[in-house]
Amino acid sequence: MSVRSRNGGALICGRRAMLQGTALGLVAAALFHFPLEGASEAADREYAYRPVFFSDDEWQTLSSFVDRLIPADAEGPGALEAHVPEFIDRQMNTPYGHGSEWYLRPPLMKTSATLGYQFLFTPRDIYKQGFPALHSAIMQRYGKPFHQLDAGERDRIIGQMEKGSLTLSPVPSKLLFGQVLKNCKEGYFADPIHGGNYEMGAWKMIGFPGARADFTDWVDRYGVRYPLPPVSVGVHGVQGGV
Amino acid sequence: MVSRNEKHTDVVIVGFGWVGAIMARELTQAGLNVVALERGPRRDTWPEGAYPSSIDELTHNTRHALFLQPSQSTVTVRHRDSDVAAPYRQLAAFLPGTGVGGAGLHWSGCHWRISPVELRLRSHYEERYGKDFIPQDMTIQDWGVSYEELEPHFAFAESVFGTSGQAYKVNGKIVGDGNPFDADRSTPFPLPAMKNTYSAELYSKAAAECGYHPFRIPSANASQAYTNPYGCQMGACTFCGFCSGYACYNYSKASPNVNILPALERESRFELRAECDVLKVETDSSGKKATGVIYRTSKGEEVRQTADIVILASFAYNNPYLLLLSGIGQPYDPKTGEGTVGRNFVYQNESGVTLFFGQDKFTNPFIGAGGNGVAIDDFNADNFDHGPLGFVGGAPIWVNQAGSKPISSAAVPKGTPQWGAHWKKAVKDNFQHTISIHAHGTNMAFRDCYLSLDPTYSDTAGRPLLRITFNWHDNDVKMIRYVTDRMADIGRAMKPESMSVETKEFGEEFDLRHYQTTHIAGGAIMGTSPKDSVVNRYLQHWDVSNLFVIGSSAFPQGIGYNPTGIVAALAYWSAKAIRERYLKSPGPMVQA
Repeated sequence: MSVRSRNGGALICGRRAMLQGTALGLVAAALFHFPLEGASEAADREYAYRPVFFSDDEWQTLSSFVDRLIPADAEGPGALEAHVPEFIDRQMNTPYGHGSEWYLRPPLMKTSATLGYQFLFTPRDIYKQGFPALHSAIMQRYGKPFHQLDAGERDRIIGQMEKGSLTLSPVPSKLLFGQVLKNCKEGYFADPIHGGNYEMGAWKMIGFPGARADFTDWVDRYGVRYPLPPVSVGVHGVQGGV
Repeated sequence: MVSRNEKHTDVVIVGFGWVGAIMARELTQAGLNVVALERGPRRDTWPEGAYPSSIDELTHNTRHALFLQPSQSTVTVRHRDSDVAAPYRQLAAFLPGTGVGGAGLHWSGCHWRISPVELRLRSHYEERYGKDFIPQDMTIQDWGVSYEELEPHFAFAESVFGTSGQAYKVNGKIVGDGNPFDADRSTPFPLPAMKNTYSAELYSKAAAECGYHPFRIPSANASQAYTNPYGCQMGACTFCGFCSGYACYNYSKASPNVNILPALERESRFELRAECDVLKVETDSSGKKATGVIYRTSKGEEVRQTADIVILASFAYNNPYLLLLSGIGQPYDPKTGEGTVGRNFVYQNESGVTLFFGQDKFTNPFIGAGGNGVAIDDFNADNFDHGPLGFVGGAPIWVNQAGSKPISSAAVPKGTPQWGAHWKKAVKDNFQHTISIHAHGTNMAFRDCYLSLDPTYSDTAGRPLLRITFNWHDNDVKMIRYVTDRMADIGRAMKPESMSVETKEFGEEFDLRHYQTTHIAGGAIMGTSPKDSVVNRYLQHWDVSNLFVIGSSAFPQGIGYNPTGIVAALAYWSAKAIRERYLKSPGPMVQA
């Protein structure tokens, strides 16, 4: 097995280290041998990414969270196989992660939910203040951290966060859930140049051709499946493969 | 503090989107020196549109690379006067543009004219349905300009945009299977209609079976190579599916950058200054004459640019915003109904139906073009009898397959969870097998929907934010529910396995959390009297006659079609009046 670090740093297998002895470790270990359609070479390649933004604890929480949002199964890659955690970690070091897009000036008003986001948190704040609160709440209830819960337990917690019935502070659970879900789907479906959608696995699963860009010959092939595999806008993804 | 004065110019234009580019072209041709000030950066097909980085969904659609970020400037929103407004902190419901080309660089390309009755909406409804038909609090009115007056400008704008379409009637003669509800045209479209996608073809057939009149949407995505009257060139659209939110890599989508700027750049009388954010319009001591503008550069320097003519050509609500910041005209007061600046703020009132066909039928929704598709106008404008229905307005209904991308538009049947194995399977099972139909409905103007300055929030430059007070009214909910039922009938005739319907409920609040459309209008409306409009029929300010305020801000109420076509025609109409009348005898072109 060759080991490669995408961010050019030392070959430290952050996730493997943190996976030891965890429930997630069992899931993820299996994942590494999951035969990726059309990417058999890649299936044998060990994946290593060292998070820059997330601490090891947060990385465990994030990984075990997105693993339930988009689980691995026979339909196609799960969020972990798609390298969604790497995507999210990398996004946190972009202007977006720092909240530079959003209007974050006070004061806060009590308003109808229909007026949209009314917090002063940046995406980084949501994770950095949300995950420790989640950790405490889960420790209190289960006596073990989130990533050590089994899949059904994690699903129950995530479901409570989705409804907002799990009380977290200062980042409400519904907000944290929404942020993770949004970033998770972004990482799953975005072009692989951003670190997720590994080998365009999600695009292959749904049949999205990515940056093909010219459908002049197919626009009036009515009802016929588009035959070409996806391409990425980045050099690494262009090889495609069916 | 103004730190320096720029050399005086004949004309200063605020904002360089479609209106700015058209006015700059027309007025330099008239021999005037023109300075255009654009808040955002320089942008063009290269590098913003360069393939392949230009068609990256995350960067452009999700992270809004080409849009005005709320951190730089935003608005506040509330539903009613008694509420406190809160800032629009994250882009969602609408996406204001910025930069050279404005929203014209990253629009879709649906390029419409207008139904003649919509230009005299109040008169028309009163004549056909009686004065009592229009609710008391509905402040709709006539535009003060007729379709016949605008027709040559629609025709010329289409020649500039390289619009693809099929005409129905040219000079009174039926010429093809275009929209039978269209008004007469003086010219056919400059390019033939685009090819139909499978979805548009299926929709067209089903709509005809239902007794309606399908036609191909006029599209500013070129169906073949084209050179416009300015000598600017376009390439044939390849249906890449990345229009709205993206700069076209292929020179196929009309934009100020592709279709006008190359001609302007050869013009010595024209100067474009990017990253110049106009703070206010200055007037002389009489308040009747604009003397120029003050703007802030990217270095934070405040500069005065004096000019004989000032043209506001910025995004929809930024025109009235600048008037409010500059203290020009009387701000609208919903309690008394007096004042005009900010009055009749409107939006677009939409609904949709998604059809799921199952795995054997490949609709390939990732193929697309922003202006492509098939529509029916049977329920738009006053093409149907409103008498028994009891509402004002309508909607074109269309399949406008602009290209589904997986982050933003992986449709799943209603009731599917948001996450987990079921969600994943639903996305997989449906991505290549869906068709969306939309109703792009009118939004009428109401007494309590308006723009004003926010008392609490400010932007990075210290300006108070613009405050939007807006909510849906029963008239518009009634309309969209009626039209949605007709749309669902067509959907069922397309024989999907299942169908999801998104419509509005009575009492539903305006919801900013989900993208609807950036078709915002009103607030500095045109009309026949200074009592109820900001500008006259030539888009000239009633009180400050050397100030022109042009854009969708001039719409007295919402229209059924996308706004760009009528905005471009209004700009050419105003430019003609300036060239042929105003320059010979500066002063009000309409006596109040």
